[in-house]
Amino acid sequence: MSDTQALDQISAWRAAGHKAALATVVQTWGSSPRPAGSHMAINDKSEFVGSVSGGCIEGAVIDAAREVMATGQPKTLDFGVTNEMAWDVGLACGGKVRVFVEAVE
Amino acid sequence: MKSNLLSDLQARIAAHHPCALVTDTTTGAQALIGTGEVVGTLALTAEAQIEINRLIAANKSGVIGETSIFVRTYSPSPRMIIVGAVHIAQSLVPMAQLAGFEAIVIDPRAAFLTSGKLAGATAIEEWPDDGMKEARPDARTAVVTLTHDPKLDDPALAAALRSPAFYIGALGSRKTHEKRLARLKADGFSDADLARIRGPVGLNINAISPAEIAVSIVAQVIETLRAEAKSKA
Repeated sequence: MSDTQALDQISAWRAAGHKAALATVVQTWGSSPRPAGSHMAINDKSEFVGSVSGGCIEGAVIDAAREVMATGQPKTLDFGVTNEMAWDVGLACGGKVRVFVEAVE
Repeated sequence: MKSNLLSDLQARIAAHHPCALVTDTTTGAQALIGTGEVVGTLALTAEAQIEINRLIAANKSGVIGETSIFVRTYSPSPRMIIVGAVHIAQSLVPMAQLAGFEAIVIDPRAAFLTSGKLAGATAIEEWPDDGMKEARPDARTAVVTLTHDPKLDDPALAAALRSPAFYIGALGSRKTHEKRLARLKADGFSDADLARIRGPVGLNINAISPAEIAVSIVAQVIETLRAEAKSKA
């Protein structure tokens, strides 16, 4: 997948009247499946393109993206073994990842 | 992100201009930096701009300083120039594109080029001498010759050797490759030049079908590209 696919998908969703958000990996520690800069685009129907992990945290990122689309306020999410959420949506690989989620408007 | 900033970013990516989207992750304020003026609402110190330009040059994304400033760099996609719109090209084009390469196919034979199975590739209907001039391979370009016809492959390989292409591969058996190297040597290329050509092309995975050969080529191109990035880091 190319760098631009998630960005282009956001433009297409917005042109079709959808709200859209962009999630980006900003920092990783230890082993993590996707490097800093990895993008995932999400729309208001919870459809998504791209990834910020190997599928471990995408569900939680979609939930956050829906909130961000509703409020317009960006959010930074931390995932990892030390996180309380680890039991639910932690990374099986034992790494840590920080994800920035912003609305495009 | 403001939608006009997104459009500006997409325009720069489409124009192959390296750039960076810089975000203050606490406030969401952003700036777009690269060729041309800095746009956006995020104010950046001169020090930060120097650091950002260094990241753009290294094609690296990450957080700068002890702060919450995140830099996402965008550099032009690597390219794969494929010489010969042959059967293998029909597999190689989509696989290269899936792996993030821009595919360019050069073949003077219109019937080959318009066989309709090279969708999304830039088609250059020229002899390789002219086609390579048009495609201008740079340090982010791989060149793969597939015709095993000397009058098509040789001029393409000669042009590739005179370029900074990060990967040069030529389809053909060991015997064909030996003869090819002898011809290029007679044309004045040194052993060091010729050592740049990977032949027989591709990783040795005992590939037989056109699709399998395409897998082996894409794998070897990625191996070379990533090894280079690793040695620079």
